Amino acid sequence: MYSHGSESLIKQARDIQEAELKKFYRRLAKLLQGKELGHEAMDSLQRLHLILSATKFTRTLPAELQKGLLPLLSSPVEQLQLLSSAVLRETLPLSGEELNYTQEDVLQLNSHTAALLLSQAGSRADLSSLCAQLLRSLESRQSDGPTHSLMQTLPILNTIITHSPECLTEDHLTLLSKKIVDWLRYASITQGGGASSGGFFTGPRSRQPVPTAELDGTVSGDFFTVLCVGQGFTDDQWMNVYSFSMLRHWLLTYHSVPSGSTIADAANRPQLSFSLSHSHSFSNDDRSEVDGSVVSMVSATSSSSRLLPPKERLREKAFQYCLRLIEQSDRKALKRTDTELQKACLVEAVCILDCVCVEDTSLVYRTFPCVKALFGRLSSDLTFARVLLPIAQFYLNHGEMAAVDCESVWKLVFGRFPAELFNSPFLAHELLRFLRLNLESLQLRVPEYTRSFPNLLKFLAWDSPAVVDDFVDLLPSLVTAETAVELLHTMLDLPCLSATLLLQLRSTCSPISEPGGRGLLSLDAFRSASLRGLFLYLLRTEAGSGDTIDRLSTLHELLAEAADWPRVVQCAQTVPVLLHIFFSAVVMIADEKLSAHLILVMLERSSLLLNIPTYIKEIHRVFSCHLLRLCKLRPSLVVDQSHELLEFAGTTANVYSKDEIYTHVVWALGEYLSVSSDSRCSVRLITSCFEALEAVLFEITSSAPPPGAACPVPRVITTLMSALAKLASRSHDLIPRVSLFLSKLRTVTRGGSVAWCTDEEDLVAIVMRGEELWSLLKTPGVAQSVLTPPPHVTTPQWHRDTNLSMPLQLRTLTSLTHTQ
Amino acid sequence: MVRCFLIHTVCPVSALSAGESRLLFSRVFGPDEGVLTEQHRGLGPEERRLLRREKTAVVARQVRSAVSLSREASGRPPVEAVPGEEALALQEAGSGAVRLRAGDPFPEEMSALWLAVQSLGFTLVCEPHENLPLAEGTLRNLTRHCLEHLHMLGPGSEVLLRSDRVDALLSRLLPHGQLLFLNHRFAQSLEKEVAAYMAK
Repeated sequence: MYSHGSESLIKQARDIQEAELKKFYRRLAKLLQGKELGHEAMDSLQRLHLILSATKFTRTLPAELQKGLLPLLSSPVEQLQLLSSAVLRETLPLSGEELNYTQEDVLQLNSHTAALLLSQAGSRADLSSLCAQLLRSLESRQSDGPTHSLMQTLPILNTIITHSPECLTEDHLTLLSKKIVDWLRYASITQGGGASSGGFFTGPRSRQPVPTAELDGTVSGDFFTVLCVGQGFTDDQWMNVYSFSMLRHWLLTYHSVPSGSTIADAANRPQLSFSLSHSHSFSNDDRSEVDGSVVSMVSATSSSSRLLPPKERLREKAFQYCLRLIEQSDRKALKRTDTELQKACLVEAVCILDCVCVEDTSLVYRTFPCVKALFGRLSSDLTFARVLLPIAQFYLNHGEMAAVDCESVWKLVFGRFPAELFNSPFLAHELLRFLRLNLESLQLRVPEYTRSFPNLLKFLAWDSPAVVDDFVDLLPSLVTAETAVELLHTMLDLPCLSATLLLQLRSTCSPISEPGGRGLLSLDAFRSASLRGLFLYLLRTEAGSGDTIDRLSTLHELLAEAADWPRVVQCAQTVPVLLHIFFSAVVMIADEKLSAHLILVMLERSSLLLNIPTYIKEIHRVFSCHLLRLCKLRPSLVVDQSHELLEFAGTTANVYSKDEIYTHVVWALGEYLSVSSDSRCSVRLITSCFEALEAVLFEITSSAPPPGAACPVPRVITTLMSALAKLASRSHDLIPRVSLFLSKLRTVTRGGSVAWCTDEEDLVAIVMRGEELWSLLKTPGVAQSVLTPPPHVTTPQWHRDTNLSMPLQLRTLTSLTHTQ
Repeated sequence: MVRCFLIHTVCPVSALSAGESRLLFSRVFGPDEGVLTEQHRGLGPEERRLLRREKTAVVARQVRSAVSLSREASGRPPVEAVPGEEALALQEAGSGAVRLRAGDPFPEEMSALWLAVQSLGFTLVCEPHENLPLAEGTLRNLTRHCLEHLHMLGPGSEVLLRSDRVDALLSRLLPHGQLLFLNHRFAQSLEKEVAAYMAK
């Protein structure tokens, strides 16, 4: 597809020399002067476009070439219009030669010139005058004018109001509201393009106009919509399509609730009372006076609508249009593309209904029965999942007001969708966006939300790169005090969930026994009755049935072969990031008990993780960081959990397999196991901690590391030494023991290399630290204040401290009163 | 509204570094948003064009990254379709949506829908309130027409040399970035016009 040819073309275009380029410009300018522009001119224009668009730096065209291009914009040959517009868009307009926005021949404004005008618009004023022109031409349009210029009016206006809604004035808004009402509701209901029901032999006089049809072939019985078909279409039927296509955006821009209204909207309000006295139904271009004789089911209920001001009328007609679309979508379309269109129309209709109900809450009572019926119709069919999301939004916005029970909706959104559709990328994108946009509302009104994280995380487990960004925003809201521990376990096992989802899909697709194939151990385990429970726990849909399972290590063994599956690896890469977010969120709401529980979980899980090479290391790093953070916030935790922490710190194997966490645990013990952190800290506790750490330090510095393990990380050794020194400074009879060890260490290392440290520099660093600590401990009093500083040193109070504040005050007063 | 439509590479290109993507076609719709914001008021048209190009390059890179991760995860071998097998290529094409955060690179949050056919990606950047099912359908339709009318499954470079055809297609099916609710009859009518243009 993308070949060397294309690459070299681009290279040529970028690297073209000045001289050759100038020659090319001159030749092209000459060609454009000719009467007829043939293939050579077209090809040259194409080349010019390629040259201009190949680089990000803008090339300016010589004046004569630009002057030659401008007339092409209104050439009768579309290709020339297109090429000149494309070329001019890629270059700068000549100053003074910019297209005049008040040209009178705007009636002939073709789509491509309009595109150029839009891209060259330099200010809001330019856009405003373009709008004014378009609407002038719309108003004064002859019925036999060019159709294309009419049809592109709405798209151009829509793109302008996206960026600058104030470009339309009051009058414009009124005019357009009326026109849109006409196109939406009163488009002709007969087929255009001269279609007739007559056969070959019928003459022109007996040609009956043929009514439009529905998508299932039956004759339309109500007003024309985008879901009506015919052999050909009339202009106003085309405008029906364009109007509906921009309707939602129009309503969102100009019909929003006062608190979020745009400038035009705010200005619109006083006009309404004024316009009520000018009954708009008397104006000429309002076709509702000539309402067709066709019985319209939807519109029969709103006979009084012609007395409404334009804005309200548009709202009412939009409402009717949507109800009709919903009814039409129930029909079985004959073509597959039309079925897809019906789904898109349902999404749009429900969104527009939501919009108008937000604007006028009295419409909720008229709308809800319809939406409820639609929900009932679609809720059991997962192929309509993307339609059910706007319905859920509607329920969320208006369900409370209408006192409707929304439980079945949430069961679907938080239950079935994540469990069964986790692998559809668009649904995941839309559902997660729905959650993000409505976070506050959901947390308030939908208790199922925070309990549904095992299900929601399936999206993350399946396609981490695509949705991790959404979860960065959503995760904090899923962290609650009751479920925090379970959430932590679930997140640590996310790669396992990823593997399980793959197995689940594989299990449904492939046959029970693959003939001669390499059967997956994990797949067999997934299917076996005895082990299935382990996997089913991971696949659970709701939190609350236990923090984790006992046989987690069995599960990890069964999934060992999944450690190099790409999806599992991608998932594992996102877990550390999300864990940081988890901890940052949990720290805000965790009390003493929960913090203690989390520390224990971290210690326990540090050896209970799926064996993916860098995964374990990364998780350890995250744990270390947050373990420390929790201890810093609540130093008494260390005394509280001293038993478990000591058990961890006293296990020599941990030095080799979990050096990062080990270092931090030891540091925390050294720092916070003191009376100043918690008054329950006894001498006996300090001594037993000391002895445990001392034993480990002896062991790792007296012999070579066990077979298969690398030398202990130097930082572990220095941290152990520092911790011992700190503990000794709090219980002075331990000082001789430390000093003895440190001097022994110095002696041993003087003899040359040691078995437990291979690097010369590291050894020097260790010995130096040992010497510093040894000399510090020679004066116990100093050692105590350095190694166990009182709180007022570690948390300085500045002006609140009586010792510091006096000198500061004096100094300030002196500098203020001294006049030099 | 659709902000832009891009055709870009999603395979490694020798002249570029690993994560980068070569833009073969890029069309930004509507007025330049820089003109109307305080931030960029002082920029001239040249700088605004540069900014526009940089933004589309950012989108292309992000989609490229999403495509390669998605392909890596699915582990399926790529299907090599030949000219004439456009329908197959489209069926086998990977698809997805990338969330572009506010500020990265557009001022508001956007959704970039992508369709990856072999070495090329077709991307539609939509505003978040847009009807995404409709956008997805439109993207598929546009891609099918591009593959057919520009013979993109073959080794040619028509997408570069006949970019006016893509513009013609866009002016009918996505005029100025407006997504259209087209049933098969309306679509047929527009496609006839497109075919007439391509035949010239």
